[in-house]
Amino acid sequence: MAHKETDVLIIGGGVTGTAIARELSKYAVSVMLIEKEVDLAFGTSKANSGIVHSGVHDRPGTLKARLCVEGNRLYPQMAQELDFLYKNNGAVVVARQEDEIPALKRLVDQGRQNGVTGVRLIGHDDLLTLEPHLSPELAGAIEIPSGGIVIPFDLVYALAENAVANGAEIMLGTAVTAITEEDGAFTVQATKVATVATQAAQTASAAYASQAVQKTVTVRSKYIINAAGLHAGKVAGMIGDDSISIRPRKGEEYLLDRRLAGFVKRTIFPLPTPVSKGILIIPTVEGNIMLGPTAHSTDSFDDFSTTATGWREVFDYVRQLAPELKASDLITSFAGLRAASNHDDFIIGPSAVSPRFIHAAGMESPGLTAAPAAARLICDHLKEAGLRLLPKSNFIPVRKVVRIRDLSAAEQAQLMQQDAAYSKIVCRCEYVSEGEIRDAIRRGATTLDGVKLRTRSGMGRCQGGFCTPKIIGILSRELGVPPEQITKRGPGSPLLAGRLRSAGSGGGAHGAHGVSDASGMHGEYDAAAAEEDGADA
Amino acid sequence: MHEVNVDLLIVGAGPAGLAAAIAAAEAGTGEIVLIDRLAELGGILQQCIHNGFGLRFFKEELTGPEYAQRFMDKLADFPQITIKTETMVVDIARDQRTNRVTTVNARDGLVIYNASAVILAMGCRERPRGAINTPGTRPAGIYTAGSAQRLMNVEGFLPGRRAVILGSGDIGLIMARRLTLEGIKVEAVIELMPYSSGLTRNIVQCLDDFGIPLYLGHTVTEIIGRDRVEGVVVAPVDSNRVPDLKRAFRVDCDTLVLSVGLIPENELSLQAGIELDQATGGPTVDSDYQTNVPGIFACGNVVHVHDLVDDVTEESIVAGRSAAAFVRNLRAQRTQHAQCAQSEQRVQREQCEQRGGGDSGDSGGSDVSSIQPAKDAFITIKAGRNVRSVVPQRLRRDRPSVLYIRVANPEQDVVIGAGGLRRKLRHVTPGETVRLTMAPEYFPEESQLTVTVEKSEA
Repeated sequence: MAHKETDVLIIGGGVTGTAIARELSKYAVSVMLIEKEVDLAFGTSKANSGIVHSGVHDRPGTLKARLCVEGNRLYPQMAQELDFLYKNNGAVVVARQEDEIPALKRLVDQGRQNGVTGVRLIGHDDLLTLEPHLSPELAGAIEIPSGGIVIPFDLVYALAENAVANGAEIMLGTAVTAITEEDGAFTVQATKVATVATQAAQTASAAYASQAVQKTVTVRSKYIINAAGLHAGKVAGMIGDDSISIRPRKGEEYLLDRRLAGFVKRTIFPLPTPVSKGILIIPTVEGNIMLGPTAHSTDSFDDFSTTATGWREVFDYVRQLAPELKASDLITSFAGLRAASNHDDFIIGPSAVSPRFIHAAGMESPGLTAAPAAARLICDHLKEAGLRLLPKSNFIPVRKVVRIRDLSAAEQAQLMQQDAAYSKIVCRCEYVSEGEIRDAIRRGATTLDGVKLRTRSGMGRCQGGFCTPKIIGILSRELGVPPEQITKRGPGSPLLAGRLRSAGSGGGAHGAHGVSDASGMHGEYDAAAAEEDGADA
Repeated sequence: MHEVNVDLLIVGAGPAGLAAAIAAAEAGTGEIVLIDRLAELGGILQQCIHNGFGLRFFKEELTGPEYAQRFMDKLADFPQITIKTETMVVDIARDQRTNRVTTVNARDGLVIYNASAVILAMGCRERPRGAINTPGTRPAGIYTAGSAQRLMNVEGFLPGRRAVILGSGDIGLIMARRLTLEGIKVEAVIELMPYSSGLTRNIVQCLDDFGIPLYLGHTVTEIIGRDRVEGVVVAPVDSNRVPDLKRAFRVDCDTLVLSVGLIPENELSLQAGIELDQATGGPTVDSDYQTNVPGIFACGNVVHVHDLVDDVTEESIVAGRSAAAFVRNLRAQRTQHAQCAQSEQRVQREQCEQRGGGDSGDSGGSDVSSIQPAKDAFITIKAGRNVRSVVPQRLRRDRPSVLYIRVANPEQDVVIGAGGLRRKLRHVTPGETVRLTMAPEYFPEESQLTVTVEKSEA
């Protein structure tokens, strides 16, 4: 049973938790982040639309309005420091008919009250000049210059990696099970689930009987931040705080081919509905067009399915805004659950049960935009609760990654000369090299999805058809485990069910068919050596 | 980063690229560079370890790797062919005089080839789950048929234990048998259309022989399972392909194999300004397999998805020879042009250029259009009744061409008509292309020829 101690324990490794970890890592305190999934950003953040909202949508006087506008202003510098993809592309909210114009005017006023600058009402003609592919039927719009876009998981990894570089510790695949408070500190019980895939299960029913090995972890922490997203109510309940209840609101998103890059420049919003900002047309930083999300409350905390009705709802709607959109450009879809709470606003502040247990909950839209500002507010609450936050003199504000597709030909050539791994292109659709995949694994990816979210490999139009075997091979080599143990996203999601009986041992299929493929899945992982290691252990 | 001048660059060393390279070398082309992104030559053939290849071209039955090996062995006879494996072509750009092909690999880094001619032989890719928009979750265990085939036949791993296959194209059928032979239970093959798009011989040998049920007119309406596939929901579809969810049923499985169509891989072609045929998804080509861009040729599955590799070989030989002729003509023209430029007297130079073509001013330059046949040397093909696509799309008037005709719908007792040519067939289906040799005597006077499939009167 592992035992750890820290000043602040953050529960939840989404954008809220990692933004807090990064903010706290500026100070001379010990910070630990605990996440139940095997990787960061595997919950709500993964399926976020990636919009850096302006703040026009939020009711004046709310935390949502204040932190959204503050957060929005923090993004440009943060993107520069942390090298995540960010674009200040602007946004428009469109009116479909004349009778919607008054509602647009109210949004302009609301934006001004919230401190959003540059918002202006524009007519039909100006709208089509800005965005020529929108429907000529639209009546008018407001233009919002401060709107932006990011890739949500790219942001999360940037925040987390910088936090870790500044001393924060992250525990993945570890679920909090109980919290007790005594003598001015919390004792947090958690379970770490590690999987050991059983070698070649022989029957269908025993397939994937990967042995779940459970380990108990205890963390003693002076302060706890509840950034548990969908599970924030459950975590609050562990200290007897029943003030938070989360009712997930599902959103389905549909991603179109990158050949449509530039179809719209700004994020296109319809007028908001009572429960959401509506179904949008989002130009992603990488050039795809994303359509969605839907917004439907659900009782399930793990329903990540897309539906035929969801697709029709999204597609029928966006075609009213941009009739040229074609279903045949669809490359993938996904769904996420928003952590919608029983409160009208974000829930940020100390629990009524303990002043040292601070909530960062109910972070539905504009939660991603607000996250960096919310992190500052959390620091204020920690100070009020008695934590001394002294700035570190050795704080490193910057973090960098290699993305060869963003480099000029000359820069690429130079990099490739220094490190040939950057010249082995593994994902052809998104132009991702083996060097970047190796880097992603060394930065913390342990699964196929973890590599995909960090590098974009497998996100393109072929959706991993070409690169999946290669990435399994690189993961196997870098992690020192056999390919059968590589999963899509952690326990229960193995990609392979064992070796071919005809493949024999040792040389594997390569020996059998005389194919030598240095870049294949067997990589440099030595199965025989690993088995010996296992026997010794 | 450095630049290399070559006569011919071939993108892709699958069956198309291999045959084209050898044909071009045999026809006397100088420096040829053959590029492939994989470590081994042969492309998809290397993972097609089943037999049935080469029945027409070699008059014997080979496995995929054996078929590829025939060409790989022959490569050794041609030192002018440089092979670059594990090399990715990043960009193809045209400029005035040449095709600039940017490539990257671990040995040479970024290299730009200036190629007089290019043959596109990138093949095709599989349509993924997202493109068919199957509802449900996104667990591990969803593979395209080709990916599953590679995992098994090249890498030596089992993709799962209990599979459902969506799509009854040839790859889906072949994989049903392959999975079964490795002890994976194939619960069902599901086909949206009321007929299979696979070869009849594959339905018999891969499904019937193993008692695997084929559900025609059905589709997968939901994928179930959070982490790994746990099952799929299958429902019959009506004539508009809309699923009838009232009659849906669940099939338990841990793997869903998708064989739902192949898409010619033309991202590079589009970069080079090549015009694509909406029906085939590939470049429009003429009888020489030249695209609309002079000096850029295309062959194999990048042009249209073939049923048989033998057909790929046949058309790739045409492409290779045509590219060789193009390079030869370009050389001759440049030599003449250079001679003209050396002529002292202006009058002489003008006469010289009138004889040989080539634009003045750009000394040593080449106007590739001057070595192209005139526009009226071609007949444009149109797809008529019950014809989905025809390749080539432009026929040379002066020679016979082989047409590959894909019908839109299955039909019994038909007559295929193309100009003066009529051929009776008992049965046509979209799964089997009709191969028709068009001789000049059947060409009409007009510049256009419509290929039709009509009901036979008899």
